[in-house]
Amino acid sequence: MPKVVVDVMPKPEILDPQGKAVLGALPRLGFDGVADVRQGKRFELDFEGEVTDAVLAEVRDMAEKLLSNPVIEDFTVRVEDSAR
Amino acid sequence: MKVGVVTFPGSLDDVDARRAVRIGGHEAVALWHGDHDLRGVDAVVLPGGFSYGDYLRCGAISRFAPVMTEVVAAAGRGMPVLGICNGFQILCESHLLPGALVRNDHQRFVCRDQRLRIENVATPWTASYADGQEVTVVLKNGEGGFVADVDTLDRLEGEGRVVARYLDQNPNGSLRDIAGITNERGNVVGLMPHPEHAVEALTGAGTDGLGFFTSLAAAAFAS
Repeated sequence: MPKVVVDVMPKPEILDPQGKAVLGALPRLGFDGVADVRQGKRFELDFEGEVTDAVLAEVRDMAEKLLSNPVIEDFTVRVEDSAR
Repeated sequence: MKVGVVTFPGSLDDVDARRAVRIGGHEAVALWHGDHDLRGVDAVVLPGGFSYGDYLRCGAISRFAPVMTEVVAAAGRGMPVLGICNGFQILCESHLLPGALVRNDHQRFVCRDQRLRIENVATPWTASYADGQEVTVVLKNGEGGFVADVDTLDRLEGEGRVVARYLDQNPNGSLRDIAGITNERGNVVGLMPHPEHAVEALTGAGTDGLGFFTSLAAAAFAS
């Protein structure tokens, strides 16, 4: 079943306290060398039929209206290969 | 006046808000998120809480509740709308107010009595206050940091649309210490602190919050 993935990330200029908390926890666990962490959301949308350009346009519309808040977040849309 | 208070699944402060409305001298009308009409109310309060469990983003699902279609339309016609805490988040998600509210910069939930300065007394929700009046009301939020781009912040300040500002300390990382804002028309107000919890001497942080609920009458008489 074709899958469309929407990744939503806080805009670079928006403070990401959750990412900062994760960044702070990593050295305590012995993981050094991570310079920054940003935490976002991933949505997986399954479609019954073919993912056409029209479907992708509709997903972008969904991402703008519901999945992300354009004031504080950016998003990317891509089709995930489900051939595996 | 008849003041509607919307209950969403997960609203917490709707009963306190209705009580504050009554103490403010108005009739409180309970509205349900699934309602398709506003039952003839003259103003609407969106109360605090965790509507829809704060799923996706605070206020993101509530924005699409049937009653919000009516609230957005009524706000467009000039009806006074006050969003408190989660209600403020819903107003931002509905694009009735600019900006957004994000997780507190210190990552912790904060609950305290908070001093504010009322900086715009021209709204129907703040007309009872003196310009620059300092008040203390309850503040309790986990995602109360007000953010917007610099142009939006400058416009809000330039147009006098910052309704309330935090004093003493910034509790959540809100840009420019902004605690509440209004729309261009001045009828829609979003506020992160909770005036409805400060309307009786017996409980809460005194009665400084009552002005938000008595202001409707003052504004009506002034117009």
